[in-house]
Amino acid sequence: MRRLAFIIPVVLFLMVAAALGLGLRRDPSILPSMLIDRPIPTFDLPGLTPEDTVGLASSDFTGKPVLLNVFASWCVACVIEHPMLLRLQAQGVTIHGLDWKDEPAAGAEWLAQRGNPYTLIGSDPRGRTGIDFGVTGAPETFVIDGHGRVRYRHVGPITPEVWTEILQPMMDRLETET
Amino acid sequence: MRRFVLGLFCALLIAGPVAAVLPEEQLADPVLEARARAISQELRCVVCQNQSIDDSDAPLAADLRAIVRERLSAGDTDEEVMAHIVARYGNFVLLKPPLDLQTILLWSAPLLVLIPGGLGLALYLRRRSRAGAADPTPLSAEERRALAAILKTGDAP
Repeated sequence: MRRLAFIIPVVLFLMVAAALGLGLRRDPSILPSMLIDRPIPTFDLPGLTPEDTVGLASSDFTGKPVLLNVFASWCVACVIEHPMLLRLQAQGVTIHGLDWKDEPAAGAEWLAQRGNPYTLIGSDPRGRTGIDFGVTGAPETFVIDGHGRVRYRHVGPITPEVWTEILQPMMDRLETET
Repeated sequence: MRRFVLGLFCALLIAGPVAAVLPEEQLADPVLEARARAISQELRCVVCQNQSIDDSDAPLAADLRAIVRERLSAGDTDEEVMAHIVARYGNFVLLKPPLDLQTILLWSAPLLVLIPGGLGLALYLRRRSRAGAADPTPLSAEERRALAAILKTGDAP
C-alpha cells in the first residue's frame, strides 16, 4: 500500500510527461485536412490572363495523380519553393497551380518573371476555391489521385526532403494504383 | 508623473476590445448581423490561431466572416453556417470543441484531476484527524522539568 502510493504518482507523471513530450514534436499550427481520401470540391476557374482560354476545373483531375500547388504573387515562401517546382516539372511531374487570393495579372507577371512550372492554372482572386480546399495559407500542396480524391496535403514550401521522403513515394504509389 | 500614469491607466480602462469587423462587411439587417457576430466569435481564425475570426485582422478571417454573412443571408441556420466552415477546416475552428472521441480526454480532464485529488485529500484529512484524536503520550517527569526550565528562561538548555 505504501509502495503503491509512491509508484502511482510516478507512473502518472511519466505518462503525462510522455504525452506532453510527444505533443512537443508536433506543429499545432498545421491543421489536418478535412479532404483526405475525399473528392476535391467542385470548381471551374478561369486562367490568369484574358488570353488564357483554359483555366483549371475539378474535372481536370482525372486519369493520373497530380500535385495541386497553391501559390500567390504576394507569397514570400512561394519564391523559395519555386525552383523546386521547376525541377519537378522537368522530372515530368504534373503540377497544377491555384493562384489564391491574388490579382490574376500579378500572378501572371510573377510566373512570367520566374518561369511557369504549372500545366494548368486557375485564378482564384476571391479565395473561395482555396477555402473550399481548406487552405490556410500559401504555399500549400495537395496530392490528388487519378480519381480526383485528395490523398495528402503539405503546408509550406516543398523542400527536396519533403519531396523525396513524402511526396515522391506517395506519387509513385498512386501511379501504380491507377 | 503620477498624473500621467493615472491618465494612462484610465485610458486603458476605456479601451475595450475592438472587433476587426469593418463597417462595409456588416449586414444591413441588425438581427442577421448580431447572429453573424455571435457565430464569428465562436470560430477560430486559422491564420492567427488564438483569435476568433471576429477579432482577427487576417485577410482569410475577413473572407470567412464574409462567408458566414453570405450563408446567413441565404437563409442558413447558425448550425448550418458552422457546419459549412467545419466541413472545410475541421473541428479545430470551433473555439468550443464538441464532445467526441477525440476530445473526451480534454473534456473529462477536470474530473480526472478533481476526483482522484479529492479522494486523496479526503483520505489524508481523515487519517490526520484520526491521528489527532488519539491520546498523546504524556510527558515524563524529566521532560516536564526541562519544559518548565525553558519556559522560565525563554531559552533552550
